[in-house]
Amino acid sequence: MDIPPKTVRELYRTMVIIRAFEEKVQDLYARGHIPGLAHLYIGEEAIAAGVCANLGDKDYITSTHRGHGHVIAKGALLKPMMAELYGKETGYCKGKGGSMHIADVNLGILGANGIAGGGLPIAVGAGLSCKMKHPGQVAVCFFGDASSNNGTFHESLNFAAVHKLPVVFVCENNGFGISVSQAQHQAIIDISIRAAGYGMPGVTVDGNDVLTVYLAAGEAIDRARRGEGPTLLECKTYRWRGHHEGDPNQGGRYRSKEDIQAWVENCPIKRFEQYLTKNKVMTKKQMQAVWEEVESEINESIEFAEQSPFPPLSEMYQDVLA
Amino acid sequence: MSRIITYAQALNEALAYCMDQDDSVFIMGEDVGRYGGIFQVTAGLQDRFGVDRVMDTPISEAAFVGGAVGAAMTGMRPVVEIMFIDFITVAMDMVVNQMAKMHFMFGGRAKVPMVIRVNIGAGRGTAAQHSQSFHAIFQHIPGIKIAMPSTPHDAKGMLIEAIQDDNPVLFVEHKKMYIDKGEVPEEAYTVPIGKAKVVRPGKDITVVATLNMVAKALTVAEEMAAQGVDMEVIDLRSLCPLDREAVLASVRKTGTLITADEGCHTGNMGAELAALVAEQALDSLQAPIVRVAGPDTPVAFSPPLEQAYIPSEQDIKDAVARVLEYL
Ligand SMILES: Cc1ncc(C[n+]2csc(CCOP(=O)(O)OP(=O)(O)O)c2C)c(N)n1
Ligand SMILES: [Mg+2]
Repeated sequence: MDIPPKTVRELYRTMVIIRAFEEKVQDLYARGHIPGLAHLYIGEEAIAAGVCANLGDKDYITSTHRGHGHVIAKGALLKPMMAELYGKETGYCKGKGGSMHIADVNLGILGANGIAGGGLPIAVGAGLSCKMKHPGQVAVCFFGDASSNNGTFHESLNFAAVHKLPVVFVCENNGFGISVSQAQHQAIIDISIRAAGYGMPGVTVDGNDVLTVYLAAGEAIDRARRGEGPTLLECKTYRWRGHHEGDPNQGGRYRSKEDIQAWVENCPIKRFEQYLTKNKVMTKKQMQAVWEEVESEINESIEFAEQSPFPPLSEMYQDVLA
Repeated sequence: MSRIITYAQALNEALAYCMDQDDSVFIMGEDVGRYGGIFQVTAGLQDRFGVDRVMDTPISEAAFVGGAVGAAMTGMRPVVEIMFIDFITVAMDMVVNQMAKMHFMFGGRAKVPMVIRVNIGAGRGTAAQHSQSFHAIFQHIPGIKIAMPSTPHDAKGMLIEAIQDDNPVLFVEHKKMYIDKGEVPEEAYTVPIGKAKVVRPGKDITVVATLNMVAKALTVAEEMAAQGVDMEVIDLRSLCPLDREAVLASVRKTGTLITADEGCHTGNMGAELAALVAEQALDSLQAPIVRVAGPDTPVAFSPPLEQAYIPSEQDIKDAVARVLEYL
């Protein structure tokens, strides 16, 4: 593996930011500081980090209801992100979107999405504009296992394949759509096999192994950049928390404690830390420093969010049309 | 015997009763099984009736709404839960071109006895794609009954009625009402779909409201009574069939009309009632018709903006004040 050490360290840092951010959100939500729904990404960090490390500012992503990790990995700033979660005027969407709708088109973030499967056709469209106007740029589409049952998945893969669009479809298979297990919602185990039906490569990888994700995504993204068409990349993972904060018992109603515990043991960050230590890429002390740095950055974002005003009521009538 | 239960429990009782009575009744939807539905309307039903009759579906709204159409045409009585009305858009062809059309298009040879349960409403901090109240869209599509129960009592009776009806029924609930409590008889009963209810008779000002706007209108009516204004509050209870007679009778009596519904102002239920009165009772009007409605914007996430979006008691009071200027 010839991944530059700088990239390896960045992968680590990205995962740590996502984890620390989400843990803070968990706490803020529990204390009633953050309204609405927050779908946390804890346990799945390696996917966003590994995929987005292959992307530049000019590449696009579409995200999901569980989108904090994707947008952080794509370069979103923590201050306007946190402010958005608080519904403040200084947030990415002026407080109008909230957790499920963070977007920054300048960074190629075409929005988190409240509709399960809503992002797939949007990514196809971004792929179209890349192909027509910006060859070499790509669109990456994140979506969950359960969302792969929406018709949009099938229509989008077919469309992208037949037109050889530079789109990489990244399925985050965490084994559940809310309370419904994968075995209850589809009759296959590897979602990547569906790629065959549309004429594109399909790959399944360990989504908790950040280097594996990074390399597999890199290959798919390079292929798309070369104009060779889309890939379906499935990353197997697990969400540690409930479907959203407030899901009774953090999803304990439909998952066993043992299962959750086994996946917590399989923590993508812990695994990567072991790798970093073993290969002498980073010392424990250096890793600790990353956590501390990140922690203060997140605290600043909270302070920023708390001090920001809510949007004025007149803002409600703005932006309905361009 | 009546007791106090929640709106969600009342719906649950209706489902259980119908499933008990008729083995062609079954439930499909996301997380309706062991999880009991995200608002707990189907809680316990899978244990009681089994996984085939209380079926967790994949996230495939087009397939399970369309599936309900096909099942209904072939002898079943499906009750489908769409988690939020916002997601019915994914199945719009099945609703508009298939479900609503079959009976007419096939010359009355096919029946589609199915129910689609949806919920509308803002107020839970879930932003633009989980808070909409666009039920009025379906009023524009002939061939669908649209039920809107505003109390636990009506929720139970109208759902039994909807399931037993041979037509497709869009059953519109409000997500903020699931925990509302009220008196509900233990035994089964039906409440007709298409009959409005005068929930507070009055002679001065007519308010026609839906879902939780009914309770808001009643609160305002009590306040206004203290000031000598006698408001009549009508719970419309369904958009189709539309109880035109009930609305017209009240307008002819009071000479006024205020409508109250959470949907966006433009094209909402109030627009249809205003047109009805303009066509059939214009000469009774003593004041302009006033529509209390959501603004013509998506629902914002930010709590103060979301609160401002939701039509309030104050909005109804403002409407009453406006009407009083003419009386
Ligand atoms: C069209 C549509 N149907 C239903 C929902 C409700 N819903 C939100 S997330 C979700 C489960 C999504 O599961 P998955 O795609 O596996 O993503 P995960 O939450 O596991 O990350 C459901 C059913 C929705 N948002 N959109
Ligand atoms: Mg999932």
